[in-house]
Amino acid sequence: MPVTVRTFGSAGEAASALSSDRTARYFGGGTLVMRALNEGDVSISSIVRANDVALRRIEAAGPRVTIGAGVTFAKILAERDLAFLHAPARSIGGPAVRNMGTVGGNLFAPNPYGDFTVALLALDATVSVQGGFGARDLPIDEFLQSRERQAGNLVLSVSCPRPASSDAFRYRKITRIRPKGASVITLAAHVPMSGGRVLGARLALGSMAPMPIRARAAERALEGRPLDTSTITAAASAITEGTSPVDDALGSAWYRREIIGVHLRRLLSDQE
Amino acid sequence: MSKTALQFRHNGRDVAIFVDGGTNLLVALRELIGDMTPKFGCGQGGCGACSVLIDGELHLACLTLAETAAGRSVETLDGLKEGPNLHPLQRAFADNFAAQCGYCTPGMLMAAKALLDRNPQPSRAEVVEAISGNICRCTGYEPIINAVLAAAGNRARA
Repeated sequence: MPVTVRTFGSAGEAASALSSDRTARYFGGGTLVMRALNEGDVSISSIVRANDVALRRIEAAGPRVTIGAGVTFAKILAERDLAFLHAPARSIGGPAVRNMGTVGGNLFAPNPYGDFTVALLALDATVSVQGGFGARDLPIDEFLQSRERQAGNLVLSVSCPRPASSDAFRYRKITRIRPKGASVITLAAHVPMSGGRVLGARLALGSMAPMPIRARAAERALEGRPLDTSTITAAASAITEGTSPVDDALGSAWYRREIIGVHLRRLLSDQE
Repeated sequence: MSKTALQFRHNGRDVAIFVDGGTNLLVALRELIGDMTPKFGCGQGGCGACSVLIDGELHLACLTLAETAAGRSVETLDGLKEGPNLHPLQRAFADNFAAQCGYCTPGMLMAAKALLDRNPQPSRAEVVEAISGNICRCTGYEPIINAVLAAAGNRARA
């Protein structure tokens, strides 16, 4: 069924169009919205696009990086200053999907997708959204909690601090097939060390709940402790707390709960 | 609902069509332009059968809004051969038995072309990565990987 397509030159105009028509959907890379249209989703009657270079901008030189919502995963992989985000970007789709899918769209990707968002959640990212009343910044966990109500807003960019060292941020996506496959579970850990102890631990999980979640009990098990075997074991035994995985074609809820501690242990102890 | 006029380059030739709002590039290519080489597999971005190059970059035609191709260059398998001469990748696919039912072949060839255009001497791992978004249910992939390496002329390194 034909839909109305409205393309704007600026993100601001597109945001206004979205806020005045709550049934309109923003069309980014197409990997979510065109897929829904191809499946005959009749709830989409109008789509909004923006050809704004600001949405494709990457500011990666400083200690805090900002990535436009329209930046594709291929562009992240081409940016040397974003090396810490290459593992999550590379774990998404095949080359064609990485040329199309965007950072902003990934925030809305339902399970088993949305792996990049798991990484951003572990990095305490901030999401910049523009609604009818101007732009504002939301912590990513707050954004995810209100994700279903963000239809009238346009995501402009995400930003996050650069990890203090390359081994402070770790990422692992478990798939049934390699090199490309949808997530059975996805883990991202930010474990900055200070004086030999973990300070500000963040663990984020994908496919363990309806949307990416923080594993707060396991974070508490890491906080203030050296990253040794007993700490890692304590974190692994707390990792399923607060999770609600589902049975799907990729794995059962039972299986996901069984393996997540194993993969957390491997991730934190640098094992393959 | 009104149609949108759309012009782009299709395998080096200018084309102009009218599309309904929300039409994907695969429908535009197959039904409006008559290029049947990109295939419809899943419509979800999972199979790669509709892979085409847009300004040299690998894209899935089924997930591309047709009007975003405006003014750009779209290459499909149909543009690969030169007159009666097969492209080296097509020749290598034939020589290495890389096509059985053939349904994935147009997408595989475009994914392989996207790789070789950027990286003329890929390693085996790079070939595997390059075609990782393309599903083949016949060959088990090995003949396809060998064909791409053969086309790159580095069979010895494989």
